[in-house]
Amino acid sequence: MDVAFGQYCEGDSLLHRLDPRAKLIISILYIVVIFLAKNVFAFAAVTVATLAMIFISRIPKVIIAGGLKPILFIAMFTAVFNIFFFKGETLLVDVWIIKIYLEGLINAGLIVLRIVLLLISTSLLLTYTTTPIALTDGLEQLLSPLAKIGIPIHDFSMMMTIALRFIPTLIEETDKIMNAQKARGADFSSGSIIKRVRALIPIIIPLFVSAFRRASDLATAMECRCYTGGKGRTRMNVLHASPRDFVFTFCVICLGAGVILINIYAPGYSVSM
Amino acid sequence: MKNAIEVKDLSFTYEGYGDSPDVTALRDVSFTVPEGSFTAILGHNGSGKSTLASILCMLEEPGSGEVIIYGKRMTGEDVTDEDIFEARRRVGMVFQNPDNQIVATVVEEDVAFGCENLGIPSAEIRKRVDAALDTVGMRKYARHSPHKLSGGQKQRVAIAGVIAMKRDCIIFDESTAMLDPLGRRDVMETIEKLNHEDGVTVILITHYMEEASRADKIIVLDGGRVLTEGTPAEVFSDPEKLWEASLDVPQSTELLYRMKKAGYDVRLDIFDAEGCAAEISRAIEKRRGKRV
Repeated sequence: MDVAFGQYCEGDSLLHRLDPRAKLIISILYIVVIFLAKNVFAFAAVTVATLAMIFISRIPKVIIAGGLKPILFIAMFTAVFNIFFFKGETLLVDVWIIKIYLEGLINAGLIVLRIVLLLISTSLLLTYTTTPIALTDGLEQLLSPLAKIGIPIHDFSMMMTIALRFIPTLIEETDKIMNAQKARGADFSSGSIIKRVRALIPIIIPLFVSAFRRASDLATAMECRCYTGGKGRTRMNVLHASPRDFVFTFCVICLGAGVILINIYAPGYSVSM
Repeated sequence: MKNAIEVKDLSFTYEGYGDSPDVTALRDVSFTVPEGSFTAILGHNGSGKSTLASILCMLEEPGSGEVIIYGKRMTGEDVTDEDIFEARRRVGMVFQNPDNQIVATVVEEDVAFGCENLGIPSAEIRKRVDAALDTVGMRKYARHSPHKLSGGQKQRVAIAGVIAMKRDCIIFDESTAMLDPLGRRDVMETIEKLNHEDGVTVILITHYMEEASRADKIIVLDGGRVLTEGTPAEVFSDPEKLWEASLDVPQSTELLYRMKKAGYDVRLDIFDAEGCAAEISRAIEKRRGKRV
């Protein structure tokens, strides 16, 4: 069984090949840029940039559209709130107590766009084009200066790696235990919610027992392989920043500068939130 | 020849909890493992072989007795963490459950894990990992995810991880017990290759007679004691003794033993099917020849 964990899409695009550290920094910058955008023109610029990223990544549009499903509700909710409760100058509809302003509509549109852009850009950079393990490595190396002030960065990243390694194993195990319990007449799919939750107990307990046993075995195996923590450890795959990482980061910084300029020199329908 | 491992009068007792009594797992066990040899430690469940394995890789402290690894005594009060680390650099271990010893999410990363722990430079790790994967025949799976491999393949990855660290001695703690026959064969071939071609000292802990019969020396444990030791031919020449310890002998040996008892003139030191068949036909021919 393969878990769609973070939904990495195999590929060899420019985005795939970027250094995970660069991608982490770029996503943070990009989030800042998206929040800097204040008016319609600035949003247009960021939208074009995001579309360009989608194009570069060669991730199927269906997958990206599918990734937006979870935020559908929150986007609608925000939109409705903005449409009905925003007080602007140009009144469009005035029926009974419902007053809809043009500014409200624009505001709603831009806020929804902002949420969509945030989700698309971060998932493009960090999940669709980056394996969880590369991300963990990148994060470890980016945060490694913090180790000097006593924060156990290596340990956290080791924990992440092991968790990622064992997720498929434990899912397989859950399957096996469920089948074993089913063979003994367990019923997981009928009855009230409380009944169903209680039916899960005979799955969770064996799963925990086995997870602890695995953890103990793994600790022994790691010890036998001379693991003594992060100190004095080297890595086989060292991340190398290449020119393209800097170029890409620079492009995003330029985009940010552009957005600020547009905010100042082309004041259009500004968004307020 | 120098000894890789020496064990002298080793005893070990598991302390009982509450009402349960203490269990003595090992009683005065002594043996030596010469460098470059292939030693099998044979015993059924509860014979103390797993306890012995965990003492050999310094996971348990023996109650009494001595363990000497490459000339360095590893038992007693004055053994430091550095000593243990040094010993672990030289003696590696492959465990029973292939799943519970793989750390990384990519095969080659896992093979590299031990070398990374030793602080070896990246380029050197790369070379060693590729060479180790070649040795176990898993190079083409280098970028695969370990959980999609078969048990035998996982175990070979685990072996590659041990080889990449350039250990002089590898202990296999029932490493084939959870594998299907095909996986078991692949792993055994890898183990023999390591021993014959690369001169790695191998200690194979097992309850499969067929596997043990391929070793230079067999040590049979029963009830925490060394029941008998010697070459496979010596050990299997007395099946009655092994049967007493509820152990089997290889099927070919059992067949030859029964034939010998029935009056045929056969050798007992043959452990593979082809050799056994040849020996039986030879004995039958011989008997026919006599009659004529």
